[in-house]
Amino acid sequence: MINKLVASPEAALADVPDGATVMIHGFGNAGMPAVLIDALIAQGARELTIVNNNAGNADTGLAALIGAKRVRKIVCSFPRQADSWHFDRLYRAGEIELELVPQGTLAERIRAAGAGIGAFFTPTAYGTRLAEGKETRRIGDRDYVLEYPIHADYALIKADRADRWGNLTYRKSARNFGPIMAAAAKCTVVQVRETVELGELDPEHIVTPGIFVQRVVRVAAPLRKAA
Amino acid sequence: MKKLDRKQMAARVARDIPEGAYVNLGIGLPTLVADYLPKGREIILHSENGILGVGPKPAPGEEDEDLINAGKEPITLLTGASFFHHADSFAMIRGRHLDYAILGAFQVSVAGDLANWHTGGADAIPAVGGAMDLAVGAKKVLVMMEHLTRQGESKIVERCTYPLTGARCVDRIYTDLAVIDVKADGLHVVETVDGLAFDELQRLTGVPLKKTLIAA
Repeated sequence: MINKLVASPEAALADVPDGATVMIHGFGNAGMPAVLIDALIAQGARELTIVNNNAGNADTGLAALIGAKRVRKIVCSFPRQADSWHFDRLYRAGEIELELVPQGTLAERIRAAGAGIGAFFTPTAYGTRLAEGKETRRIGDRDYVLEYPIHADYALIKADRADRWGNLTYRKSARNFGPIMAAAAKCTVVQVRETVELGELDPEHIVTPGIFVQRVVRVAAPLRKAA
Repeated sequence: MKKLDRKQMAARVARDIPEGAYVNLGIGLPTLVADYLPKGREIILHSENGILGVGPKPAPGEEDEDLINAGKEPITLLTGASFFHHADSFAMIRGRHLDYAILGAFQVSVAGDLANWHTGGADAIPAVGGAMDLAVGAKKVLVMMEHLTRQGESKIVERCTYPLTGARCVDRIYTDLAVIDVKADGLHVVETVDGLAFDELQRLTGVPLKKTLIAA
């Protein structure tokens, strides 16, 4: 019997090694798997490469992981925020590497990894410093930049509901990077608000099919309101 | 001469968005446009983080941390709204499905080059977000910005000195002084604020302007 439900966040992340590439779902705090990130901090893996849209907000979640100096490199589109002080401090001190990627290119590089695509040409960033040193090609009447997929060892995702096969539904704009990161990682670990019996999720409404998911942890966190 | 304030600029841009348009509003000044879209027009706002049909701000106490816009502010949904993942969201942008992207800018060049993501300062932390995708992807790119810097220099320039967001991508510029179309043969002034003559606008702007005034 397939059962991807894992007893605790600690058990779900016990095997993350130093130097792993870890995708962390979320756009700001929407979709950020805070319980899994806390477990990753406690687990102690170091020299991580993190893929996220941002570089953490305030003192919790991804910001706490960065603040704990577990991150060697971050791949993101928008690190600079009013409350990204942990990243800002380490970046200015030269203690964290930044690979800045336009948001759509970030999403498509993640999607490409999960879809088995070797590389793709995008018009985004052509003629800008973010395309410097990259291969370009004129196709038809437009210029394109060659971009490669981003693969990950782990993806940490927050979803709304899951069953034991790992089928997932999301909640509102907390879907964002979840479906594409789930497909791009060798081991996708999901924290969910609720686990349900097989068959309770309407097949028409499943957003991430369980083939992309390896481990599911139920987290009894109440829904919080935005600040 | 009466310069437009930020709200008046937003109202001016909003007037030009037609019924049925799919529109992305950049963070900052362009976000204000949402408050001035003409009542009675169905206009669908897109947010990079996977929403079509963005509605107004929620009432105090009604915020939901899972329902935010690209600026990470709490929002509501219009009836008929939809959610989708990030790759689909940027397929909408890059795939030329959005009718308008309305973006802020540091500089726009006479060729329509846009600089809006990085001041290039040595200590500045770069952040690009979805700006480069919107610049190349939307069917029409509208820029909203003050015409002059605080030092009185024109933000419409021969060549951008700040790092580019996109080359030859801007279609129209709305400033606190004028509305200017970017065309293959140069910049066409289609409107100036009350009391501002074309010659004075030309003096303030520095780069060559063409007079195609629809209303003075």
